[in-house]
Amino acid sequence: MSRYFTEEHEWVEVEGDIATVGITEYAQSQLGDVVFVDVPSEGKQFDKGDEAAVVESVKAASDVYSPVSGTIVEGNDVLADEPALVNTDPEGDGWFFKLELTDASELDGLMDEGAYKKYVAGL
Amino acid sequence: MTTDYIAEMLERIPDKLLPLDAWHRARGGRMVSFAGYQMPVQYEGVMAEHLWTRENAGLFDVSHMGQVLLTGEDVDGALESVVPGEIAKLPVNRMRYSLLLNDEGGILDDLMVTRRTSDLYLVVNGACKYDDLAYMRETFADEVVITLLDERALFALQGPKAAEALSSLIPEVASLYFMQAGAFTFEGMSLWISRSGYTGEDGFEISLDCDHAAAFADRLCAIDSVRPIGLGARDSLRLEAGLPLYGHDLDEETSPIEGDLGFAISKRRRAEGGFAGAERVLGELTGGAPRKRVGLTVEGRQPVRKGAELFVGDRLVGKVTSGGFAPSIGAPIAMGMVSAANAAIGTALEAEVRGKRIAVTVAAMPFVPHRYHRPKAA
Repeated sequence: MSRYFTEEHEWVEVEGDIATVGITEYAQSQLGDVVFVDVPSEGKQFDKGDEAAVVESVKAASDVYSPVSGTIVEGNDVLADEPALVNTDPEGDGWFFKLELTDASELDGLMDEGAYKKYVAGL
Repeated sequence: MTTDYIAEMLERIPDKLLPLDAWHRARGGRMVSFAGYQMPVQYEGVMAEHLWTRENAGLFDVSHMGQVLLTGEDVDGALESVVPGEIAKLPVNRMRYSLLLNDEGGILDDLMVTRRTSDLYLVVNGACKYDDLAYMRETFADEVVITLLDERALFALQGPKAAEALSSLIPEVASLYFMQAGAFTFEGMSLWISRSGYTGEDGFEISLDCDHAAAFADRLCAIDSVRPIGLGARDSLRLEAGLPLYGHDLDEETSPIEGDLGFAISKRRRAEGGFAGAERVLGELTGGAPRKRVGLTVEGRQPVRKGAELFVGDRLVGKVTSGGFAPSIGAPIAMGMVSAANAAIGTALEAEVRGKRIAVTVAAMPFVPHRYHRPKAA
């Protein structure tokens, strides 16, 4: 099991050919209080970089892009009633969606945890 | 020189810093660009700051706003030529909300006007202040002297514990009622304090020398019930209170009647007119305006924000002018400008957000009741 990160502050946890996607601790701290999350439903297909979900804080609406191409197998429906999970546990229970990878080689272009930490430190 | 060039040059003008810039940063304020200033949008978080203000007392630095003095000959007449409010009979140390109008009756800014012993003291929006000054200079006779008090800071202390907190430092402020003001001193500082604000709560606005601002803010924040509050909560608080934000809910195209601000047109001025745009404004007062600013409650949890179009079926009937999540209500709310036929309370509309329709309903404002400190009826 390995975890990857994007410059748009998403994390991707890969197990077999299923990737779980969420936003990072840094992203939630920048967004502030999350009040609404719209996650994609099962069966939707995304190319890498497509708008896949919406997260709204008190301040603003932000898009969440699919960090890899694939087909949605599950959206985190708990977030509809408990959007604040994105603030309290962004890299755990506050995950957004799971998708079946179309092309595992896309993961090669993403950062590992160390590289992401350096990236955030440089912002 | 092209306008693009001018726009580009304007963008290169760096934001100004508030007199308390370092103070905000030291308290964890996250600074953003607003109205040409670096301003704190939040400290610990918008939601917590909002709720703190509704339950305790919040200190807002609004030094970006324009504090303007009018002195000289016939300042009342001059100001009355561009606002629809009763200025001539405004008593000393009383204040009034008013609107700066252009010749077409459009709102150039909204402002507070206070009569003081020897001047009129105006507080105008930060983003409009230089345009307001230019407009007044152009409109007023040379005998009216217009002075921007750019060496003065401005705070707002808002919330149910604001009076207790401020009167622990300056006991005399307890005697002020809503929309009254006066001069006070505290440890050698001269303060101009009014009982007013932009949150719907009881509270005060405090004008003082920039040099004293940090020391005074420290004294206030040393009180357990007082915390610094950022722009983010200022916006959600005023939205819940149903108070319009210039540049969003009001603009140059909007008349006072469209803005649902008819209360700002005083009785004598209704009868006499004699202010910029009076023809349109008084015409709309009797005949109705084509559009109206309304409150909107929103179904579900997704916030509906500024710019979202409002529909009845396929018909476009208006636009959302501000919107967001209301922490004290626990649901999204909004304000919009809609056609008169769709402005009645209870009217069902749909807002389009990212290609999706969200049900909204025209609602009475304020969304959260005002708690101003008014004299008790005998």
